[in-house]
Amino acid sequence: MQQVAVVDRVGAGVIGFFEFVGAIATFGARAVVEAVRPPYELREILTHIYQFGYRSAPLILTAGLAIGIVLSMHTRASLERFGAEAMIPAGLAIALIRETGPLTAGLLVAGRVGAGIGAEIGAMKVTEQIDALEANAVDAFKYLAVTRIIALMIAMPLLTIMMDFSGILGGYVAEAAVSGMSWQLYFERAFSYIAYSDIIPATLKTIVFGYLIAVVSSYLGFTTSRGTEGVGEASTRSVVMASMLIILSDVILVKIIFFFYPPVSG
Amino acid sequence: MNAVRFEHVSKAFGTLKVLDDISFEIPAGQAFCLLGRSGTGKSVALRHIVGLVRPDRGNVFVEDRDITTLAGRELADVRKHMGFLFQNAALFDSMSVGDNVAFPMRRHTDWSDADIRERAKSKLADVGLDHEFDKMPGDLSGGMKKRAGLARAMALDPAILLVDEPSAGLDPMTAGEIDELLVKTKRGGTTLVVVTHNIPSARVIGDGFAVLHEGRILVSGTLEALDASEEPLVQAFMRAQGGG
Repeated sequence: MQQVAVVDRVGAGVIGFFEFVGAIATFGARAVVEAVRPPYELREILTHIYQFGYRSAPLILTAGLAIGIVLSMHTRASLERFGAEAMIPAGLAIALIRETGPLTAGLLVAGRVGAGIGAEIGAMKVTEQIDALEANAVDAFKYLAVTRIIALMIAMPLLTIMMDFSGILGGYVAEAAVSGMSWQLYFERAFSYIAYSDIIPATLKTIVFGYLIAVVSSYLGFTTSRGTEGVGEASTRSVVMASMLIILSDVILVKIIFFFYPPVSG
Repeated sequence: MNAVRFEHVSKAFGTLKVLDDISFEIPAGQAFCLLGRSGTGKSVALRHIVGLVRPDRGNVFVEDRDITTLAGRELADVRKHMGFLFQNAALFDSMSVGDNVAFPMRRHTDWSDADIRERAKSKLADVGLDHEFDKMPGDLSGGMKKRAGLARAMALDPAILLVDEPSAGLDPMTAGEIDELLVKTKRGGTTLVVVTHNIPSARVIGDGFAVLHEGRILVSGTLEALDASEEPLVQAFMRAQGGG
């Protein structure tokens, strides 16, 4: 009997997981369909781009600067052994632009914006504000979820470019402090090994990150229950799930990028 | 013409049966009060009228359109004829009080910004809140929130006003003020559907009444019919609320 109960519980858990994944996938697909239908809610989209993009900029710029400095120090420690200090700017720029910048920006935005979306929509759900939107003949899904998804898909690549730029700047600050390298020489070396195929796919993949963060956190907000406790849970789960999805999707996206732009060796 | 008509509406959430084959009609221009103890399905019935909840069985007609079959733009068009005052007002907390009232106008009219602002101020003045235009909902008391919610619900001068527990959580003076506002609204030709468990308040507002219990209508009709009902639960309810 005990074995049957365990199997039942595991079975229910597996079914519940797939139901959850199916519900989020349906939510995300509906958002894509609704995004191309009028009304386009441009004012809301612009407001959210400001909230997600402009107001995340200080966090992204600070984090980028710090990561650039730290990466530069680590890279110097490694490359010094081989007398290859001249490669520090290029190594740092490649690491930042191809992977560290997009991934870190995605995770930071998942923390700041994902939590915010989950909590804000969740609070609106439990205080009947979503019902009030519907009662006022406004499509709450479109007004709240679709606008946030589009806004974050636009803001994410812009924030990633900021992260890349501030990271390279941080690398320069660290390098200049140690070796006194000039700004001009640093940037010349940094971009000497960078091609458009390094910058564009890596930056554009963050559009997918933006979509995932906003879809997951909007879904969790819309399905919030149990009052303020539920709002807190929606916020926390938004961050955790969005971060996991970013990391997992990154693996797939890098594989796709490598398929279209094979890495050059030697 | 009937403003609202329920035809054999049933609704359950999981195994919990909330509405069980209820039917009633509300003539246009009248105030109809749905009475009953807490948790008897009154608010669920109200939400059916605006299409926030769909019945498992039966139909809900609003101005002779079956709202249970509508979706998208058609549903939105019917909703534009209604105002909804939620139990906790449900003001949008990211907007000022004035913007809350202006919201339906901005969404559904092509009036100029100046015109909308003027009309929103006028709606707030009707509920005595014209000085609170720029305040945020969080800065208002419970009674003020309810009045602001009423101003928003009345923003487009709806033909039907749905009101969920207008006096819940309010002191008797404020509750009385809300009742007066609702009576004034009714006199302007608006159909009122009021969910309440407050009999003194219903006596002031209502023309027609129905008492819900465990998802079924125990008795409906005029206040005299309710007072004369021999149904023990109705008698107990009316007595407990100071009726009769």
